[in-house]
Amino acid sequence: MKNPPQQPDRSLVAPTREIVALERRLFFKQGLSLGALTLLSGCDITDADAVQKVLWSMSRWNDRVQAAIFDPGKLAPTYPESAITRPFPFNAFYPEAQAPRVDPATYQLELGGLIRERAPWTLEQLYALPQTSQITRHICVEGWSAIGKWGGVTFRTFLERAGADLTAKYVGFKCADDYYSSIDMATALHPQTLLAFRFADQILPAAYGFPMKLRIPTKLGFKNPKHIAAVFVTNDYPGGYWEDQGYNWFSGS
Amino acid sequence: MAEQRDVAAAAGGKLAVHPLPVRITHWVNVLAMLIMIASGWRIYNASPLFGFKFPRDLTLGGWLGGALQWHFAAMWLLALNGLVYLSYGVLSRHFKASFLPLTPQSVWRELSNALRGRIVHELGVYNAVQRAAYAGVIVVIIALVLSGLAIWKPVQFQELAALMGGYEGARIVHFAAMTLVVLFILVHVAMVALVPRTLLPMLTGYAKRPEHGQES
Repeated sequence: MKNPPQQPDRSLVAPTREIVALERRLFFKQGLSLGALTLLSGCDITDADAVQKVLWSMSRWNDRVQAAIFDPGKLAPTYPESAITRPFPFNAFYPEAQAPRVDPATYQLELGGLIRERAPWTLEQLYALPQTSQITRHICVEGWSAIGKWGGVTFRTFLERAGADLTAKYVGFKCADDYYSSIDMATALHPQTLLAFRFADQILPAAYGFPMKLRIPTKLGFKNPKHIAAVFVTNDYPGGYWEDQGYNWFSGS
Repeated sequence: MAEQRDVAAAAGGKLAVHPLPVRITHWVNVLAMLIMIASGWRIYNASPLFGFKFPRDLTLGGWLGGALQWHFAAMWLLALNGLVYLSYGVLSRHFKASFLPLTPQSVWRELSNALRGRIVHELGVYNAVQRAAYAGVIVVIIALVLSGLAIWKPVQFQELAALMGGYEGARIVHFAAMTLVVLFILVHVAMVALVPRTLLPMLTGYAKRPEHGQES
């Protein structure tokens, strides 16, 4: 850092014309170099592998912090029917017209990993499980949010019926649209985590994830997989479609 | 810090202006804040609250996921550095010595003077406008951090979010606080550029002692 040019030790109360002009030039010069510094930090540093490594390990650290902050008994705020966002926004990594059309007659939910009863479930069997509903806020990683009503079975009930190892670390999901994701067991067992079959009291339309989505009001929207085809329980980190590209894995709300 | 200032002044004809903890936390804060603002602008662009986007070249992270990584990494630097600064400011009585007394009348008087071109600046002593600006930006940064926590954890910290009108309210508070910090930075940097002799003391801690009494 260079020393600032020597200023005459005189009052600024009535600056002379020369000083004003000099300081105006300095103002622009220093303003420019500050702008250049900002630009540098935007381009070069981002590409460096070392910085990427630091950012990824900070994201893993944030996973651990969020797991520690997560209170398994704390419920997400719920809202009255009048607060529901209409129309509820469609969101996926493809346009709405490409949402997969799953045939309910042949559909079966596959189970895998640390689960005792791995026989696949038909929709009829799933609909026969005790049903509940919630009106909660869906918060997208992009920042927007929308309130919706989802109905289905609490995921804990489903995992218990299937005989899943509830002490395992992760529950993973494979979807009919080739999406995949995974969550921590504590969130899977949260009382508001639903295997949802209905949206706004109707069977879940294709755009919102027919035949089922996992509704988790304690996580960001992309952690709520739609069109679920398979559920597996594991102790090996399964990652996810967006998580593998850099979105934070835990992404709790 | 008044004692330290007098001792240093007597020793070498130099005026102690900024203590070391203030200088270190100032520059760490500059780095953290630049990262937070530039990455925050990229996050904002993914779903703009208002009818505009920030110019892409001024943002950091490349895409939303990259910007979020920067934001959630630098937040630790900003928060921990801020806690060090606040603890130091309270425990060493730096805040009391630098920001008090502070009355609306004195701020108004010196602000109207400054706007008429009569800027009073003594190295080492903040005038009333500076006191209000520096104390005020601390409060704004605290609001920025708290609203950020509410956006990050609107369920776990829902009581905090409720104070701001919930998740969407916290987004507005976060944006407003960011705007105030950016305005502060623009004025702050402009003032340093207009009175460049204030820059060196934030690096070295000292200013050359004026020869004839107090500078004005």
